[in-house]
Amino acid sequence: MHSDSGISIWFFIGSLLTIYGVLILGYGLYSLAAPPSRPPVLAELHADIWWGAVLLVLGLAYSFTHSPRKKS
Amino acid sequence: MTNLIALSPLDLAIICIYFAFVLYIGYYLKDRASTGEDFFLAGREMTAWVAGLSFLSANLGSLELMGWAAAAYQYGILSVHWYWIGAIPAMLFLGIVMMPFYYISKTHSVPGYLQLRFGEPSRLLSATTFAFMTVLMSGINMYSMALVMKVVLGWDINFSIWVSSITVAVYVALGGLRSAIFNEVLQFFLIWFGAMLIPILGLVESGGFTGLKARIIANLGSDSYTHAWSTLGSFNDNPMGIHWTGIVLGLGWVISFGYWTTDFLVVQRVLAAKDLRSAKMAPIIGAAFKMMVPFIVILPGLLGLAVLPFKLTGEAEALATGGHSYNEVLPLMLARYCGPGLMGLGITALIAGFMSGMAGNVSAFATVWTYDIYRALMKKDASDAHYVSMGRWCTILGVLVSIGTAYLVMQFQSIMDYVQALFSFFIAPLFGTVILGMLWKRATPAGGFWGLLSGTLGSIAMWAWVKADPSAIRYIALSPNAKDMAENMYRGLWSWIICVAVTVAVSYLTKPKTDAELKGLVYGCTDIPGEQNVPLIQRPAFWAVAVSVVFFALNIIFW
Repeated sequence: MHSDSGISIWFFIGSLLTIYGVLILGYGLYSLAAPPSRPPVLAELHADIWWGAVLLVLGLAYSFTHSPRKKS
Repeated sequence: MTNLIALSPLDLAIICIYFAFVLYIGYYLKDRASTGEDFFLAGREMTAWVAGLSFLSANLGSLELMGWAAAAYQYGILSVHWYWIGAIPAMLFLGIVMMPFYYISKTHSVPGYLQLRFGEPSRLLSATTFAFMTVLMSGINMYSMALVMKVVLGWDINFSIWVSSITVAVYVALGGLRSAIFNEVLQFFLIWFGAMLIPILGLVESGGFTGLKARIIANLGSDSYTHAWSTLGSFNDNPMGIHWTGIVLGLGWVISFGYWTTDFLVVQRVLAAKDLRSAKMAPIIGAAFKMMVPFIVILPGLLGLAVLPFKLTGEAEALATGGHSYNEVLPLMLARYCGPGLMGLGITALIAGFMSGMAGNVSAFATVWTYDIYRALMKKDASDAHYVSMGRWCTILGVLVSIGTAYLVMQFQSIMDYVQALFSFFIAPLFGTVILGMLWKRATPAGGFWGLLSGTLGSIAMWAWVKADPSAIRYIALSPNAKDMAENMYRGLWSWIICVAVTVAVSYLTKPKTDAELKGLVYGCTDIPGEQNVPLIQRPAFWAVAVSVVFFALNIIFW
């Protein structure tokens, strides 16, 4: 799939995960300052912060390694 | 009635971004779907990973995700057999034994293979039943998703059905199989990332698997919900009312081999692989991930038993009492652990699951209709461009028929049970025909056709017999106490045996094809390229053994 000039599927996945990572991590940090009125169970673990971070890191990794600008 | 989950603007944004992405992928790929090879076979250029993940993703429809989480709540860990013994051996067998014949024969579909091996009548029989069943199943999937979205989010059922299915129609009609496959890989990631937090946080809350078991025993007073095999010695010891022979022979053999090795919906993805080794690897990669799916499907159902403060019931009772039904267990668990943002991701995972299943159905339908029905019966020698445009229109037609089915199911709920039964009519005998075709060169065209026909009719007759006289179940399922599930499995087994017996008998009475005619189609007449100079680590057989070892280990751990 890298044989032609098309964008690799992994780049699409990377960019979507990056966007989601930014949104979820961003909201997680915001909710530290302003906790939601009806927090979910285990809200004290701040799943949105670390899960958002995981998405962001993986997303960036995929986006860079399969960037359409790189000739691979 | 208030909705279970209120979505924040952030959640809605996440869902909208997802829709924008899948549509963009379809639009981006539209210029690369101009020939039949591109549109129907994705140009045969997929790597093993892409083919393998989309192979699994096409199977992870909404019934698969929410339905099996519900089954895990209802029947406990026994549901895991549909992911392990009911899938892994068959997927490995497809990769190692059957894929070479599908791939080398250069067929574009499973009915196409039957045409090469047994001739036109067998092809038409399997193509029409497949096309019919596929759109019906897709409509049922659509309805079950829309129902959950209505109950959980308060979304209008018509809105859910039309928006999600038109999106699928657009991206598949534009980019063909390549677009379906690309989106399936994307959806695969979303399903995992959206759903994985439920079991992780659930295990934290309940104190690991040991804590989970302790809570289930405390809540239900029985440990049969957390053992996969040890309760299967008798029909009465386990929540499903099933015996281990039913699981091993009915599910592990006929139903699972029938589905994984002959259902074109899944096989089509592997036919798009770039070479034979990728085609053999793809089902093995799919199997490795299939083994892990219970983590995001079965475990949330079990966690529901352990931690939810209320009891879930059947659909009818939930409607009557205003409670929640089994089918809502996955979204309920999602709502328990996920705040804004993560909730949007989880709902996206459910929508992605639905769309990947639906795209699988319509792309398979479009191929079978165009090549195996339209080209075979109506217009034999049109241009390639004509067939591509037919494929595009059929994609849209397939979606519309599915929508029609969804509305039909909404009016007559019992259709759902009928279609599940119908599906089992065709799949088990088809497996008999394909496997004899591939491995036994004496099987003749007449044998293949009459075997398939009599197996299918036999299955319908057994079903009608039990419908007319419920006590007949003691002959079909060997026990008067057998439940529907057991009846389906035994009926599958008998119809497979009928198919094989008739195929063998008729084959011995008719004239076989010559070896030259069977070249590339049958074991013993086909040169399968060797793998002498490929390092061990790249060989499909090596990975098949690795997957089997994990498979056995998992079954022993959860015995």
